[in-house]
Parts: sequence; C-alpha cells; structure tokens
Amino acid sequence: MGVEGCWIMAVREEATAIDGHNVSKIFGTGANSVAALDDVSVSIRQNEFFTLLGPSGCGKTTLLRLIAGFDTPTAGTILLEGNDISLLPPYSRPVNTVFQSYALFPHMTVAGNIAFGLEMLGKPKPEIDDTVERMLQLVQMEHLKSRRTSEISGGQQQRVALARALAPHPRVLLLDEPLSALDYKLRKEMQIELKRLQNETGITFVFVTHDQEEALTMSDRIAVMEHGKILQVGSPREIYDHPAERFVADFIGDSNFLTADLTSVSGSSAQLKLPSGKAMTASLPDGAFSKGPATIVIRPEHARLTRKKSGAAMSGTLENIVYIGTDTQYHLKLPEGTAFVVRSQNRRDAQEDYTIGDELGIEISANAVQVLRD
Amino acid sequence: MSAGSQIPADSAAPAGKAPGMQAEAARRADVRRNILLTTPALIVLFFAASGPLLIMLVYSFLRPGDYGGVQWTFATDGWASVFLQRDIFDDTLSVADAHLSIFWRSVKLSILTTFTALVLGFPTAYFIATRPVESRNLWLFLITIPFWTNLLIRTFAIMEVIRNQGLINNILTGLGLIDEPIQMLFTDFAIMLGMTYVYLPLMVLPIYASMEKFDFRLVEAGYDLYATRLRVLRRIILPLVKPGVVAGSILVFIPSLGAYVTPRVLGGGKNMMLGNLISLQFGQGRNWPLGAALSLTLLLIVMVALLYYVRSVGKAESHHG
Ligand SMILES: Nc1ncnc2c1ncn2[C@@H]1O[C@H](COP(=O)(O)OP(=O)(O)O)[C@@H](O)[C@H]1O
Ligand SMILES: [Mg+2]
Repeated sequence: MGVEGCWIMAVREEATAIDGHNVSKIFGTGANSVAALDDVSVSIRQNEFFTLLGPSGCGKTTLLRLIAGFDTPTAGTILLEGNDISLLPPYSRPVNTVFQSYALFPHMTVAGNIAFGLEMLGKPKPEIDDTVERMLQLVQMEHLKSRRTSEISGGQQQRVALARALAPHPRVLLLDEPLSALDYKLRKEMQIELKRLQNETGITFVFVTHDQEEALTMSDRIAVMEHGKILQVGSPREIYDHPAERFVADFIGDSNFLTADLTSVSGSSAQLKLPSGKAMTASLPDGAFSKGPATIVIRPEHARLTRKKSGAAMSGTLENIVYIGTDTQYHLKLPEGTAFVVRSQNRRDAQEDYTIGDELGIEISANAVQVLRD
Repeated sequence: MSAGSQIPADSAAPAGKAPGMQAEAARRADVRRNILLTTPALIVLFFAASGPLLIMLVYSFLRPGDYGGVQWTFATDGWASVFLQRDIFDDTLSVADAHLSIFWRSVKLSILTTFTALVLGFPTAYFIATRPVESRNLWLFLITIPFWTNLLIRTFAIMEVIRNQGLINNILTGLGLIDEPIQMLFTDFAIMLGMTYVYLPLMVLPIYASMEKFDFRLVEAGYDLYATRLRVLRRIILPLVKPGVVAGSILVFIPSLGAYVTPRVLGGGKNMMLGNLISLQFGQGRNWPLGAALSLTLLLIVMVALLYYVRSVGKAESHHG
C-alpha cells in the first residue's frame, strides 16, 4: 500500500505533526445546522502529548474525526507533517485512532485485532508476528493473546485498542476519551501507562478529554475548547496560572473572579487597582488592553487569610468553612458583596483557628492576579 | 418458580438428608412439567410433519393404482424410476435423462436464484440498516408490500413485463433498439427472475436482522486501520453478518428448489422443475409411488445441501480465528 513509504519521504525536521488552518465543520443545513467547529486553527508539534479539553459537545470528537479522516472539513485545511490531508480517505492517512468505544473486532482474537492494521498495510507475515508480540508486551497482554475480545475485561480491551492503534506505528495517534469508561483506580493506572507508551514510542498523541485533572497531569500542551472554538493553547502550567479567558479559568480549577481597574498597561503585565483600592501587578494575556475596568481571576490557593487587616490586599467576612481533607476552604464575603474563596493547606503545626463571622484580611501572592479577555 | 419451591418451609423434614430429598422431588416435578409443556408441540410435530412423511415413505414402496392412488403391494418401482426408466419396447433399463435434467435444472435455478437474491438483497439490507432509526421501519414495510398480493397474481404481473408483447420488449422496440422481441418468457431466465422477485424479501429480512445488530463503528475502525472499502466488507462486515446471510440463503434456496407456481407460469409446460414433476405424478401421471419417491428425494437433496452449506460456513468461520 506504501502509505508509510511515501510519508517518510515527506517528513521534514522541524515540521509540525498536525496543522489545522481555519477549519470549520458544519453539520446539517439551513435552520438546524450546527457549527461543530468554527474556524479553528491549531498546530500540534511532533512527539508531543497534546490534549483537547472542553465540555461535552464543544467539538473535540469532531476535530479528531477530521484529523482521522472520517469526516471532511466544511472549510479549511488539515496538514499532516506539511502535506494537505483534508480530503484523503482514512485508510490513506498514517494516523490511527483509539475509539471511545474501543471498537475492537469481536470475531477476531486479541492478537488478530492487533495484527489487522499491519495485514492491511501488506506487511510480511514474520514482521507482523514480530510486531504483534512486541505490542502485546508493550501493553502487558501476552498471556491473553488468543482470547476473543469479548472474553477480556474493560481495562484489557482498552489495552488491546491501544496496541492495535500503535502497531502500524502511525505518525499521530488519536485518542477519544479513552479512559472515560474505566473506574477511578484503573483510570489512574492507564494515565501513567499512556504517558509511558508515548515516551517509549515517540509518537505524537492527540488526546481528548473533558476531565481537567486528567488534562493537567498528562499533557505537554492543552487546547481548551468551547462551542467549536479553541480558546487557549498552552502548557498545563500556562493554562492554569495564566488563563486567558473566563471560561478557561472557570473550567480548570477553582477561581475567584473580581472586577478591577487597570491603571497602566505595558507588554504582558499591568498595574491595577483592586475593588478594595489596593494597587497590584497583574499578568495580561495576549490581546489589546486599555485602561479601565477588567475582569481578573485569583486562584483560592494563591490567597491567604490574616487577622491583620491593615496591610492586606483585601478584607472580608468569613461566612463558611469547608474541610476537604488536605485543604480547608474559607468562604468570605467582600465588602462590595462579592464571594471570595481562600484555600489553605491543612498543616499539623500553627493552624489558625478562624470562626464564622470573623472579619479577616486577605493577602495575595505576588504574580497571582491574572487579567482575563472578555 | 419450580414446583419444589412452593412446598412450605415448615413441611420440610427437620434434619439430615431432607434438603437432598426435597431437591430430588423438585427435579422430578420439573421433568413432569416439562413433558406436559412440550406435549402440544410434539403432537403437532407428529401429525403435521412426521405423520405425512411416514405416509409418503409407505406410499413410495407401493404399486401405483390404475386411476391414481396406490395398490397395497410392496414394490420398489417408485424409487427405481426416480433415476431409471424402462424401455417400453425391449424392457431394458436406462438412466432417466428427463428426470435428471429436471433435477439439474431445479438445483441450478435454485442456486442462481439464491445467488441473485443475495447480490440484490445484501446491499438493500445494508441500505436499510444504515438509515436513521425512525425511517427503517418504513423501508422494511416497503420490502414486505409484495407479500400482500397473491403469488399467482405477482407471477402473472412478471409475465406481463417480460412477454414478447410485454413492457420490456415494447419499450426496446419503441426505442428502436431491437427489431425482434427478445424471448424471455418460458425460459429458465424467466423462472429465475420470478423466483428471485418472489423470494427476495426472505433474503433481505434476515440479513437486515443481523446488520441491525452490527456495530457500524467497526467500519470506521477498519478504515482507520488501512482497510479499503472492499476489505472492510470482506474482513469485518461479512463475517459478522454471516448468520443473516446463511439464514437468508437457506430461506430462499429451499422454497426455490420445490417451487411450483413460478416455473409453471413462467417456464411454460416444458421447463419443468421438481415441484412440477412431482405434481405431475399425482395428477396426469397417476404414479403416486413415484411422486412420493421424488418428494422424498427432494427432501434429501435439501438436507444434504443444508448440511454441506452449514458445514462449509462453519469452517470458513474457524479459519479467521
Ligand atoms: N454527525 C453529526 N450530525 C449532527 N451534529 C453533530 C454530528 N456530530 C456532532 N454533532 C454536533 O456537533 C457538536 C460537537 O460534537 P462533538 O464533536 O461530538 O463534541 P464533543 O466530542 O466535544 O463532546 C455537538 O453539538 C454535536 O451535537
Ligand atoms: Mg466526544
């Protein structure tokens, strides 16, 4: 079939794995048409663990299906290592998918499933047997290779699906919420397993999830999606510490949103005045900002309570205390009526004893204030 | 809900082997009940299936009556004349060419019909199974519409379409594509066409039933793993809907082999099939033992064909492992 051959020729050193240029996908026509993807541009690097994160229905699966070739974009182009693949059928793309439903072939054994892609590529039998053995080892399924896929557990099916998709050594591996059907413990195990597989194979992974924790722990970079658009792309730390939009901040982690007054703007930082009147330095996302009111976000763990109200950035009334094991959450009400949450780690020594109704000062760590785009 | 479970708990003997005895009693009650439940089915099976077969078997070993019916004397002539014929002048035995050619035509046309119905029925079933759920019932309903009309009327309708002054020939002549009408009526082709038309739903419905259970996401998985359309069909779809294909083929093959009306109307008098030959023996032929022997031969052919088919399909299955 020569799919692999022609692709090796085309690989350039610094090429990205996947390039989406202004990709749109519209389902249906007329009044009941849905823009599942709305003018999305994205660039996925070689060998990275790239995650599409967003709530259900935001278009993650649609983007993955366009890369795999099960659907064609309504507009825009998709490049694989610099070659336009937008219109290629899925069987001509060196890209494999791990399906959410696994989609294992029920009439074949575990080994038969893993061998399928290699057989279709016309690999010689000894090479196929060899690769299948290696894949079985890689996912620790050697002992079950002659079982039917209906005779193994969900977690094992997951491993077979992975091995089957990895066996043809695709340029890019697409994974559509592959862990969502597993229970908590198995999911944690498989997260580590997936990272290991990605390291060992050096294949670019495009991973879809709606679980922010999963995205943060596994990814090299995350693209946060909403309503068919990519809102922000960045490393887990960038996404968490410097969310660019309210939706991103809200979707990932806990957030306190306040309205502040920008007093001066320069490059990626700004001076602003908190509602309490205190001046602070804040980070700015990309985009044009001018002086005036802006929404800011402060993570609960980046704030601290203190009994000394005078020097603190803000002050508020303690309304509720929620104990959550490792941390305690303090719910406060600011003078202007806004709710504000402070999280502090529970330590055995020197734990302050606050009681509901206390008037407390709120200190904010340096670099903890992030301005958001509207 | 076994009878045993209805015994009140306090009536059970106090200790020791009591539970064992109770289980034994329950088991026997179960057996008794099962026999009672299967009796009606057994009665129907005997009178509707085995009984008539037994009568046929007996008749096939008797002498034909002069005006139909049988004389109650043992004879093997009925069976002998299934494949052999006695020369009326010199009494020598020779192979019954006429019967053999009818057997051959029946088998050939039935296989052709089954094959054509499969080629037409498979894509039809695929089409219906890939429609949105709401519209599938409508398509199935359309498939079954021909069943509402009497078989004879449908067969005459086909005759109207293919006869020399019929629809097809008139259109072709009108367009100037042919000068002479094409002789389609009273040929083997006409019989096959008629049988395919009549039995097609019997192919579509079982294939649809297994396709409905087929997970079409497997097709995408196949494409994803570099299988082209044809290979997805051969390696993924066909193996998984095979039960439907087997059932459909059996349901078409069996009635085709014994068809009577279609070959009678569309084949004219001379292109007989087995059903016609058998009916002839019970009518004008006045040779009931031969008719009975022919019927049993037909039954044997069907059974052998089925066994062979099911075996070969089973073998192909285990190859894929
Ligand atoms: N085949 C389709 N036909 C019509 N609408 C679709 C189809 N596939 C997806 N959609 C719509 O596109 C949007 C995005 O879907 P999807 O990509 O599956 O979201 P996600 O995977 O993020 O949950 C949803 O509103 C969904 O209803
Ligand atoms: Mg999805």
